Amino acid sequence: MSTVILLSLALMCLALCLSFVRLFKGPSLPDRVVALELFSSILVGTIGLIAIATDVASLLDVAIVMALMAFMAAIGFARFLERGGARDD
Amino acid sequence: MIELIKGGLILVGAIFMFLAALGLVRMPDLLTRMHATTKAATLGATLIMLAVALHFGEVAVVARAFGVILFIMMTAPVAAHVIGRAGYFVGSRLWSGTVKDELRPNYDPLTHELKSGLETQENAKRHPRDTDPD
Repeated sequence: MSTVILLSLALMCLALCLSFVRLFKGPSLPDRVVALELFSSILVGTIGLIAIATDVASLLDVAIVMALMAFMAAIGFARFLERGGARDD
Repeated sequence: MIELIKGGLILVGAIFMFLAALGLVRMPDLLTRMHATTKAATLGATLIMLAVALHFGEVAVVARAFGVILFIMMTAPVAAHVIGRAGYFVGSRLWSGTVKDELRPNYDPLTHELKSGLETQENAKRHPRDTDPD
Protein backbone atom coordinates (compact mmCIF):
# COMPACT_ATOMS: atom_id res chain seq x y z
CA MET A 1 0.00 0.00 0.00
CA SER A 2 2.74 2.43 0.95
CA THR A 3 4.52 1.86 -2.37
CA VAL A 4 1.30 2.72 -4.22
CA ILE A 5 0.96 5.91 -2.20
CA LEU A 6 4.60 6.81 -2.79
CA LEU A 7 4.26 6.18 -6.52
CA SER A 8 1.10 8.27 -6.70
CA LEU A 9 2.70 11.09 -4.73
CA ALA A 10 5.64 11.03 -7.14
CA LEU A 11 3.29 11.16 -10.14
CA MET A 12 1.38 14.08 -8.68
CA CYS A 13 4.61 15.86 -7.84
CA LEU A 14 5.59 15.48 -11.47
CA ALA A 15 2.17 16.82 -12.47
CA LEU A 16 2.71 19.85 -10.23
CA CYS A 17 6.06 20.48 -11.89
CA LEU A 18 4.52 20.22 -15.36
CA SER A 19 1.74 22.64 -14.53
CA PHE A 20 4.33 24.98 -13.04
CA VAL A 21 6.03 24.95 -16.44
CA ARG A 22 2.77 26.18 -17.96
CA LEU A 23 2.33 28.74 -15.20
CA PHE A 24 5.82 30.04 -15.92
CA LYS A 25 5.65 30.01 -19.73
CA GLY A 26 1.92 30.55 -20.27
CA PRO A 27 1.63 33.02 -23.14
CA SER A 28 -1.44 34.75 -21.71
CA LEU A 29 -3.06 35.35 -18.35
CA PRO A 30 -5.98 32.90 -18.92
CA ASP A 31 -3.44 30.12 -19.51
CA ARG A 32 -1.90 30.87 -16.14
CA VAL A 33 -5.31 30.86 -14.47
CA VAL A 34 -5.96 27.40 -15.93
CA ALA A 35 -2.59 26.23 -14.58
CA LEU A 36 -3.49 27.59 -11.13
CA GLU A 37 -6.77 25.74 -11.22
CA LEU A 38 -5.00 22.50 -12.07
CA PHE A 39 -2.65 23.22 -9.16
CA SER A 40 -5.55 23.30 -6.76
CA SER A 41 -7.10 20.11 -8.15
CA ILE A 42 -3.79 18.29 -7.75
CA LEU A 43 -3.47 19.70 -4.23
CA VAL A 44 -6.91 18.35 -3.30
CA GLY A 45 -5.76 14.93 -4.49
CA THR A 46 -2.49 15.21 -2.61
CA ILE A 47 -4.25 16.17 0.60
CA GLY A 48 -6.51 13.13 0.18
CA LEU A 49 -3.48 10.90 -0.29
CA ILE A 50 -1.77 12.31 2.79
CA ALA A 51 -4.98 11.79 4.76
CA ILE A 52 -4.86 8.12 3.75
CA ALA A 53 -1.14 7.78 4.48
CA THR A 54 -1.30 9.37 7.92
CA ASP A 55 -4.79 8.17 8.94
CA VAL A 56 -5.86 11.71 9.82
CA ALA A 57 -9.46 12.14 8.70
CA SER A 58 -9.70 15.82 9.56
CA LEU A 59 -7.36 16.65 6.66
CA LEU A 60 -10.44 16.32 4.46
CA ASP A 61 -11.65 19.67 5.77
CA VAL A 62 -8.49 21.19 4.32
CA ALA A 63 -9.33 19.59 0.96
CA ILE A 64 -12.84 21.09 1.07
CA VAL A 65 -11.46 24.56 1.80
CA MET A 66 -8.87 24.14 -0.96
CA ALA A 67 -11.54 23.30 -3.55
CA LEU A 68 -13.66 26.25 -2.40
CA MET A 69 -10.74 28.68 -2.62
CA ALA A 70 -9.86 27.47 -6.12
CA PHE A 71 -13.39 28.06 -7.35
CA MET A 72 -13.50 31.55 -5.85
CA ALA A 73 -10.10 32.38 -7.35
CA ALA A 74 -11.17 31.21 -10.80
CA ILE A 75 -14.36 33.29 -10.69
CA GLY A 76 -12.43 36.31 -9.41
CA PHE A 77 -9.79 36.05 -12.13
CA ALA A 78 -12.44 35.69 -14.81
CA ARG A 79 -14.29 38.78 -13.57
CA PHE A 80 -11.02 40.67 -13.49
CA LEU A 81 -10.25 39.64 -17.08
CA GLU A 82 -13.68 40.51 -18.39
CA ARG A 83 -13.68 43.92 -16.75
CA GLY A 84 -10.45 44.62 -18.59
CA GLY A 85 -8.06 44.83 -15.67
CA ALA A 86 -4.39 45.66 -16.07
CA ARG A 87 -2.45 42.82 -17.68
CA ASP A 88 1.20 42.15 -18.13
CA ASP A 89 1.57 39.12 -20.39
CA MET B 1 -9.86 -6.80 -1.41
CA ILE B 2 -10.61 -3.30 -0.23
CA GLU B 3 -6.87 -2.65 -0.14
CA LEU B 4 -6.62 -3.68 -3.78
CA ILE B 5 -9.52 -1.48 -4.91
CA LYS B 6 -8.15 1.40 -2.87
CA GLY B 7 -4.71 1.07 -4.41
CA GLY B 8 -6.17 0.90 -7.90
CA LEU B 9 -8.31 4.00 -7.33
CA ILE B 10 -5.35 5.97 -5.97
CA LEU B 11 -3.06 4.95 -8.81
CA VAL B 12 -5.61 5.65 -11.55
CA GLY B 13 -6.46 9.00 -9.99
CA ALA B 14 -2.81 10.01 -9.86
CA ILE B 15 -2.31 8.90 -13.46
CA PHE B 16 -5.29 11.00 -14.58
CA MET B 17 -3.87 14.03 -12.79
CA PHE B 18 -0.51 13.48 -14.45
CA LEU B 19 -2.23 13.24 -17.84
CA ALA B 20 -4.04 16.51 -17.12
CA ALA B 21 -0.73 18.24 -16.41
CA LEU B 22 0.81 16.69 -19.52
CA GLY B 23 -2.10 17.99 -21.60
CA LEU B 24 -1.71 21.43 -20.03
CA VAL B 25 1.89 21.55 -21.20
CA ARG B 26 1.50 19.91 -24.61
CA MET B 27 -1.78 21.33 -25.96
CA PRO B 28 -1.54 24.25 -28.40
CA ASP B 29 -4.05 26.85 -27.19
CA LEU B 30 -6.18 27.93 -24.25
CA LEU B 31 -9.37 26.04 -25.06
CA THR B 32 -7.66 22.73 -25.79
CA ARG B 33 -5.62 23.11 -22.61
CA MET B 34 -8.79 23.62 -20.61
CA HIS B 35 -10.33 20.63 -22.36
CA ALA B 36 -7.40 18.53 -21.16
CA THR B 37 -7.18 19.78 -17.58
CA THR B 38 -10.75 20.28 -16.42
CA LYS B 39 -12.08 16.81 -17.08
CA ALA B 40 -8.99 14.78 -16.24
CA ALA B 41 -8.22 16.65 -13.02
CA THR B 42 -11.84 16.41 -11.88
CA LEU B 43 -11.84 12.67 -12.47
CA GLY B 44 -8.51 12.27 -10.70
CA ALA B 45 -9.63 14.14 -7.59
CA THR B 46 -12.91 12.19 -7.61
CA LEU B 47 -11.14 8.82 -7.72
CA ILE B 48 -8.76 9.76 -4.91
CA MET B 49 -11.64 10.98 -2.76
CA LEU B 50 -13.42 7.66 -3.39
CA ALA B 51 -10.27 5.93 -2.15
CA VAL B 52 -10.34 8.13 0.97
CA ALA B 53 -13.95 7.14 1.59
CA LEU B 54 -13.04 3.46 1.23
CA HIS B 55 -10.03 3.79 3.50
CA PHE B 56 -11.76 5.36 6.47
CA GLY B 57 -15.19 3.79 6.13
CA GLU B 58 -16.85 5.97 8.78
CA VAL B 59 -20.05 7.84 8.09
CA ALA B 60 -18.64 11.28 8.88
CA VAL B 61 -15.58 10.84 6.66
CA VAL B 62 -17.50 9.24 3.80
CA ALA B 63 -20.01 12.09 3.87
CA ARG B 64 -17.23 14.65 3.74
CA ALA B 65 -15.45 12.81 0.92
CA PHE B 66 -18.65 12.71 -1.10
CA GLY B 67 -19.16 16.38 -0.28
CA VAL B 68 -15.77 17.14 -1.82
CA ILE B 69 -16.64 15.04 -4.90
CA LEU B 70 -20.00 16.77 -5.33
CA PHE B 71 -18.46 20.20 -4.89
CA ILE B 72 -15.69 19.54 -7.42
CA MET B 73 -18.14 18.06 -9.91
CA MET B 74 -20.39 21.09 -9.59
CA THR B 75 -17.80 23.87 -9.63
CA ALA B 76 -15.26 22.60 -12.18
CA PRO B 77 -17.51 23.06 -15.24
CA VAL B 78 -18.66 26.47 -14.04
CA ALA B 79 -15.11 27.67 -13.46
CA ALA B 80 -13.98 26.29 -16.82
CA HIS B 81 -16.87 27.99 -18.60
CA VAL B 82 -16.16 31.33 -16.95
CA ILE B 83 -12.43 31.19 -17.68
CA GLY B 84 -12.99 30.08 -21.27
CA ARG B 85 -15.46 32.89 -21.82
CA ALA B 86 -13.10 35.48 -20.34
CA GLY B 87 -10.21 34.06 -22.37
CA TYR B 88 -12.20 34.33 -25.59
CA PHE B 89 -13.26 37.88 -24.82
CA VAL B 90 -9.76 39.13 -24.04
CA GLY B 91 -8.70 37.72 -27.38
CA SER B 92 -6.53 34.72 -26.63
CA ARG B 93 -5.47 33.28 -29.95
CA LEU B 94 -6.91 30.02 -31.19
CA TRP B 95 -4.79 27.22 -32.59
CA SER B 96 -3.97 27.57 -36.29
CA GLY B 97 -5.63 24.20 -36.93
CA THR B 98 -8.98 25.30 -35.49
CA VAL B 99 -11.69 24.22 -37.91
CA LYS B 100 -14.63 26.33 -36.82
CA ASP B 101 -15.22 29.45 -34.76
CA GLU B 102 -18.90 30.26 -35.09
CA LEU B 103 -18.76 33.16 -32.63
CA ARG B 104 -16.26 35.23 -34.62
CA PRO B 105 -18.44 36.42 -37.54
CA ASN B 106 -21.50 37.03 -35.33
CA TYR B 107 -20.05 38.65 -32.25
CA ASP B 108 -18.88 42.20 -31.72
CA PRO B 109 -16.34 42.29 -28.88
CA LEU B 110 -16.61 46.05 -28.41
CA THR B 111 -20.36 46.26 -27.86
CA HIS B 112 -20.81 42.66 -26.61
CA GLU B 113 -23.59 42.21 -29.18
CA LEU B 114 -24.36 38.81 -30.63
CA LYS B 115 -26.10 38.57 -33.99
CA SER B 116 -28.34 35.65 -34.78
CA GLY B 117 -27.58 35.72 -38.49
CA LEU B 118 -31.29 36.35 -39.26
CA GLU B 119 -31.29 40.15 -39.15
CA THR B 120 -33.52 41.18 -42.09
CA GLN B 121 -36.17 43.88 -42.42
CA GLU B 122 -38.80 41.15 -42.45
CA ASN B 123 -37.60 39.64 -39.19
CA ALA B 124 -37.30 43.02 -37.49
CA LYS B 125 -41.09 43.47 -37.59
CA ARG B 126 -43.23 41.90 -34.93
CA HIS B 127 -45.85 39.52 -36.16
CA PRO B 128 -49.00 39.31 -34.00
CA ARG B 129 -49.81 35.85 -32.70
CA ASP B 130 -53.03 34.20 -31.68
CA THR B 131 -51.87 33.89 -28.10
CA ASP B 132 -51.30 37.64 -27.67
CA PRO B 133 -53.47 39.28 -25.01
CA ASP B 134 -55.80 41.95 -26.46
